[in-house]
Amino acid sequence: MKNAVIGNNKQKANLIVLGAVPRLLYLLQQETSSTELKTECAVVLGSLAMGTENNVKSLLDCHIIPALLQGLLSSDLKFIEACLRCLRTIFTSPVTPEELLYTGPDHQTILFNHGAVQNIAHLLTSVSYKVRMQALKCFSVLAFENPQVSMTLVNVLVDGELLPQIFVKMLQRDKPIEMQLTSAKCLTYMCRAGAIRTDDNCIVLKTLPCLVRMCSKERLLEERVEGAETLAYLIEPDVELQRIASITDHLIAMLADYFKYPSSVSAITDIKRLDHDLKHAHELRQAAFKLYASLGANDEDIRKKIIETENMMDRIVTGLSESSVKVRLAAVRCLHSLSRSVQQLRTSFQDHAVWKPLMKVLQNAPDEILVVASSMLCNLLLEFSPSKEPILESGAVELLCGLTQSENPALRVNGIWALMNMAFQAEQKIKADILRSLSTEQLFRLLSDSDLNVLMKTLGLLRNLLSTRPHIDKIMSTHGKQIMQAVTLILEGEHNIEVKEQTLCILANIADGTTAKELIMTNDDILQKIKYYMGHSHVKLQLAAMVCISNLVWNEEEGSQERQDKLRDMGIVDILHKLSQSPDSNLCDKAKTALQQYLA
Amino acid sequence: MGIGLSAQGVNMNRLPGWDKHSYGYHGDDGHSFCSSGTGQPYGPTFTTGDVIGCCVNLINNTCFYTKNGHSLGIAFTDLPPNLYPTVGLQTPGEVVDANFGQHPFVFDIEDYMREWRTKIQAQIDRFPIGDREGEWQTMIQKMVSSYLVHHGYCATAEAFARSTDQTVLEELASIKNRQRIQKLVLAGRMGEAIETTQQLYPSLLERNPNLLFTLKVRQFIEMVNGTDSEVRCLGGRSPKSQDSYPVSPRPFSSPSMSPSHGMNIHNLASGKGSTAHFSGFEGCSNGVISNKAHPAYCHSKHQSSNLNVPELNSINMSRSQQVNNFTSNDVDMETDHYSNGVGETSSNGFLNGSSKHDHEMEDCDTEMEVDSSQLRRQLCGGSQAAIERMIHFGRELQAMSEQLRRECGKNTVNKKMLKDAFSLLAYSDPWNSPVGNQLDPIQREPVCSALNSAILETHNLPKQPPLALAMGQATQCLGLMARSGIGSCAFATVEDYLH
Repeated sequence: MKNAVIGNNKQKANLIVLGAVPRLLYLLQQETSSTELKTECAVVLGSLAMGTENNVKSLLDCHIIPALLQGLLSSDLKFIEACLRCLRTIFTSPVTPEELLYTGPDHQTILFNHGAVQNIAHLLTSVSYKVRMQALKCFSVLAFENPQVSMTLVNVLVDGELLPQIFVKMLQRDKPIEMQLTSAKCLTYMCRAGAIRTDDNCIVLKTLPCLVRMCSKERLLEERVEGAETLAYLIEPDVELQRIASITDHLIAMLADYFKYPSSVSAITDIKRLDHDLKHAHELRQAAFKLYASLGANDEDIRKKIIETENMMDRIVTGLSESSVKVRLAAVRCLHSLSRSVQQLRTSFQDHAVWKPLMKVLQNAPDEILVVASSMLCNLLLEFSPSKEPILESGAVELLCGLTQSENPALRVNGIWALMNMAFQAEQKIKADILRSLSTEQLFRLLSDSDLNVLMKTLGLLRNLLSTRPHIDKIMSTHGKQIMQAVTLILEGEHNIEVKEQTLCILANIADGTTAKELIMTNDDILQKIKYYMGHSHVKLQLAAMVCISNLVWNEEEGSQERQDKLRDMGIVDILHKLSQSPDSNLCDKAKTALQQYLA
Repeated sequence: MGIGLSAQGVNMNRLPGWDKHSYGYHGDDGHSFCSSGTGQPYGPTFTTGDVIGCCVNLINNTCFYTKNGHSLGIAFTDLPPNLYPTVGLQTPGEVVDANFGQHPFVFDIEDYMREWRTKIQAQIDRFPIGDREGEWQTMIQKMVSSYLVHHGYCATAEAFARSTDQTVLEELASIKNRQRIQKLVLAGRMGEAIETTQQLYPSLLERNPNLLFTLKVRQFIEMVNGTDSEVRCLGGRSPKSQDSYPVSPRPFSSPSMSPSHGMNIHNLASGKGSTAHFSGFEGCSNGVISNKAHPAYCHSKHQSSNLNVPELNSINMSRSQQVNNFTSNDVDMETDHYSNGVGETSSNGFLNGSSKHDHEMEDCDTEMEVDSSQLRRQLCGGSQAAIERMIHFGRELQAMSEQLRRECGKNTVNKKMLKDAFSLLAYSDPWNSPVGNQLDPIQREPVCSALNSAILETHNLPKQPPLALAMGQATQCLGLMARSGIGSCAFATVEDYLH
């Protein structure tokens, strides 16, 4: 059989159809089979796996993986080798789901606990380039987002040299590109996992420049993609690295070249090249967007430089409507990063009408895109953003209210956050739109959301809705009862200081209304709560409660005398006197101002 | 402040980059100026405390800057040659420190050079050879084969030709003849070398009187040294140190004898329980034996060079009575043919033709000498008769020189050569004299290769093997590149490709 199938796909298919696989697996697993027989079986199976993808599927259907894994426990090296070869062939096939081998996300830890680091480390000095390379690749996978492995790696000695030093040697410029790139990855992952400082020379002077070089025109398209992605990951959290990368080898201009595939030249001259370029075009674009996103994450000057690069805004905006999810996501990320700039929001974002494609992206996009896109929308809805108006007009309210009902907490946060920004200093009509579209039921559901962020932003929304007197009175006249209920509920619940402070601020806003005041004054329960918070140990809460009282006793307004009397009867004045002696000057001032209202 | 490059004659009162033939990177705006008053956005601004590097790449004629060790990318391309580093200061009181490598650079320039060295070498490795089906390979094989033939590595040449399906241009016998002569020259046995040449190539030296003169002068030197056969017959002895021929460190010199792996006969002989000295003889070597005072240097010649012990022993037996004053403990043998195993460590591959094929060869000689404790080297080996012969020979040489001058006119080379050789006699210890280097066996090489070339010419074969010619051309080419300012030659040397 072995000789019949080698290199002959037809024979392989024939044997599979005839049912050879279950029989071979049976023999392979039989205790009574000799190791020679078992080995031969594994070799034939490995040969079958070398064939078409259908062959691999057939093998998987016969549950070959557990049988081969069991074989690894054998004491016979030849048999183990045959099993390993077969496993490798099967797992390098795209049709094989890797879950078959990894049962959970913690396979790094499993390998680590079985001494993978020590066993692989010495292979880095092997005479064989292939072995060194594979060892290096292993480390890059082991260290990725794994602080435990990364912290161990920095201290591993191989032939008297620390592993990071060995990696640095492997990224010297005369080493093969593959080796430079992979060792740069190792160092990047170790750095991101916190095992190497971001200001370490091996990152600043070695890894970063190496990755920038990988983005250059001289490199293969695949290498440029990997280089840009790795660099994006390396510099993402560190503004200093972002600054260095931004001045290294004209990186920002270099990345503009990523958008020139397939080039007009390649289309005419060479069909093969065109095909190759087309295949990588998406990958290149998304990698460039990712790197721009990292570069512009913090520094205003860098953002400006990116936007000023040849037609970059046009390119990113075009990226928003690409068919590839990966490219769209990266483009949104990039824009999101750039949208942190007040200046750019006012200028280029407006000039390029970024909001238009963004609103389109937000329709029916997968969650991962929605998260970033809605986060960016939050920025575009800031009051100083000129995009705010057109976004509102294009039906953003409904879209955002829809997001608040998502299963994904990140989407709920962004939805409610955007609404909060939208409501800030907004006109009455918008506020009414928000309330109507959101519905009070949903508002209350959000107030009891398990995600603290959602709760905070919902309270923020309420606070923004309840600002300026006519708006307060209008909203409280229609939703007063529910809002008062919700406020009571939160003040009674187990919440942290920030939540309670925000809630007291809402109360203070309500207290600023003309008719809305009465909703508080007629609610003894709430009044008691305000009194309680005036005497709270936390100054922030005391202050918020005081603003509330101040608004209620303000004597220029109608009915202030009655309110003052009622509050005096509750013992509020006594508390005010006490607070006017407070060592906290802020608190002291506020108390005195309130007391003055009684004197007038 | 501007940092950059200027050609000779550029106005020194202006910032680099503003004028023709000047280039600069300015700190105030971060722009690059390429012979123009208007700059291009290039890099970040720089100020007090920053380290700015400026690197000119002489391979692709570009220039890039670095700031605090970070490369800022290419600033200028197509730079002209002969630019000078320039710093322009504009603000009163500005100070700049210049580092031309006396301190380590902040930027890793070594790594940058490594990349370019690799690039250049890859370019050489991947140079398109336009191979038409095996043409390239055939050419390489011809080069190797002709080299082997040229230097007389006949067994290797034969084996090589056989395995690569080539024909050797020269007849095998002819190669062997040349090899035989070369060996004699390299062993310092000039008299025999001349005689053999005259026998095998009767008219060669007649037609080349200058060559003959060169050979004779060398013979005179070897007489002084005590190595020439004519004086050795007279009881001259050759100090070991003189005869041991060092391995030539130079590539493409003529084949050398490398006696550093001389066999220790002691091991061979004592293993058999023999205590006797042994030797083989030819011609005049009887004289050596009879001269019991100085029997140290023996020259042996026998049909097989395989040095198998039983045969040696049989010789030992026959001669043991005559030389019984020596014990084998002192016997060291130096031999100019070895087993192939020894040859592995020899750089020049001279050893072929001795082990397997040489039972048919006549010139396989075993040289042997006794290491009799630090003997001082003596003129002509210390023999009075030899000195007389040498002086007589010197007179003949003088006469020949005069005759040559009459016939062919003045020849300063010849004159100097003779003068230098005669100068040896002016010193009590010629070996340690200012002209002593003539006695160095390495000086036999040019003589040897001149003779070899002359013989080859008579056969209408090239004076120099094509391989050596190619190497010479490549070396010249690199020199020319350097003179023409083509920078890549810095990362390519011919030696890199001679493994």
